[in-house]
Amino acid sequence: MTARKMLQVDWVPGSDQLRGRCHCGAETIAEDPVAMWQWLLAHPNHQDHSPVREEAA
Amino acid sequence: MRKRRTGRPVTAVTLGRMSEFVRNQWYVAAYGREIGRELFSRTVCGESILFWRTEAGAVAAMSDRCVHRRFPLSQAPSHLVGDTVVCGYHGFTYDQGGACVAVPGQTRIPRTARLTSYPVTELDGFVWVFIGEPDNAEKTRIPRAPWLDMPGWTTVSGMEPLAARHSLLMDNLLDLSHETYLHGGYIGTPEVAETPIVTRVDEEAGVVHVSRHMADAACPPFYQKSTGITGRITRWQDIEFTPPCLYLLHSRIAPAGVLPNADGTDPDGFHVEVVYALTPETETSTHDFWAVARDFALEDQGVSDFLAENNRTVVLQDVTALNVLEQVIATEPDGYQELSINIDTGGLAARRMMAKLR
Repeated sequence: MTARKMLQVDWVPGSDQLRGRCHCGAETIAEDPVAMWQWLLAHPNHQDHSPVREEAA
Repeated sequence: MRKRRTGRPVTAVTLGRMSEFVRNQWYVAAYGREIGRELFSRTVCGESILFWRTEAGAVAAMSDRCVHRRFPLSQAPSHLVGDTVVCGYHGFTYDQGGACVAVPGQTRIPRTARLTSYPVTELDGFVWVFIGEPDNAEKTRIPRAPWLDMPGWTTVSGMEPLAARHSLLMDNLLDLSHETYLHGGYIGTPEVAETPIVTRVDEEAGVVHVSRHMADAACPPFYQKSTGITGRITRWQDIEFTPPCLYLLHSRIAPAGVLPNADGTDPDGFHVEVVYALTPETETSTHDFWAVARDFALEDQGVSDFLAENNRTVVLQDVTALNVLEQVIATEPDGYQELSINIDTGGLAARRMMAKLR
């Protein structure tokens, strides 16, 4: 059985950050849900150095 | 010459204007209990639809406009005779499939005398109608809300007319942080707005999930009085929205710290399935169907009365707010720039899914 293609955004507890995970396994951190969805929906062309990508604390 | 099916409503689509409606989808048009041997009309996605029940008990759905002079067939003295509808203006008579079977004073029935008929299905206490090309109905999934018509659950339900567009109700339901502010004293407590959410989008199923699990929260009156819990609670809200119409809120309430068993059983939890059907009436009005199903105090009429009255109050608080918001939108200049924050993550996902369906 193949896993369902899920996009997931977690609001990181204790912070204002969002962590997004694409069904392909790519992840990013952002503070803006609009930018987060843009990043996720860019699959398979996730921008490693897009403005939404920040280093996880 | 292009043929036009007589009796087909002249919608925004046929006029060539872009419509906001998502077509080729199933929508909740009514509760099953609303449809009987009286002619019943409801507008769905701008289409005025006549509903009635045949003598065998099936629901028939067709255009609520006579093909002759567009008299509403739901309007007295239009009436049912057996399994036919007789127009109260000139007597045009239609069968349950919308075909004209009699016209006054002549034996020849014009070939084009046929009402648009709609695929219709009764499921989970709802009457669903398909808006779009009928050939697409069978292959389009109808989302389920089985608790509304299932042994072991007791349900209260209603419908409130909303003078606001579908998207405003969708935004409202996908972001429950508003409970803290708009519904304080009913279902809102500080923890709802404070607790981070998890948003998941299942692209293949076409479902948006938004979860908010509160480990230690105040118990709002809605749950205090219905469950009898007096102390703090563990409160889970798991939203499952299948655009464009069906919204489920799986709500679990238990004394703080009480969790389901490892095997999934949950004898100490109270479960409430809050169901909404968001059905566009026009581009700026919506039928706001709501239902609350519970798996406790099943026979307690006092609990049923309380939940029905309380949930209706909550829905009306939303209706008041969203009606104001619709007026604001209707009168504002173009180009207003909204601001979205973390609480809007689920709502944004739903908006995108709606845009994809258009």
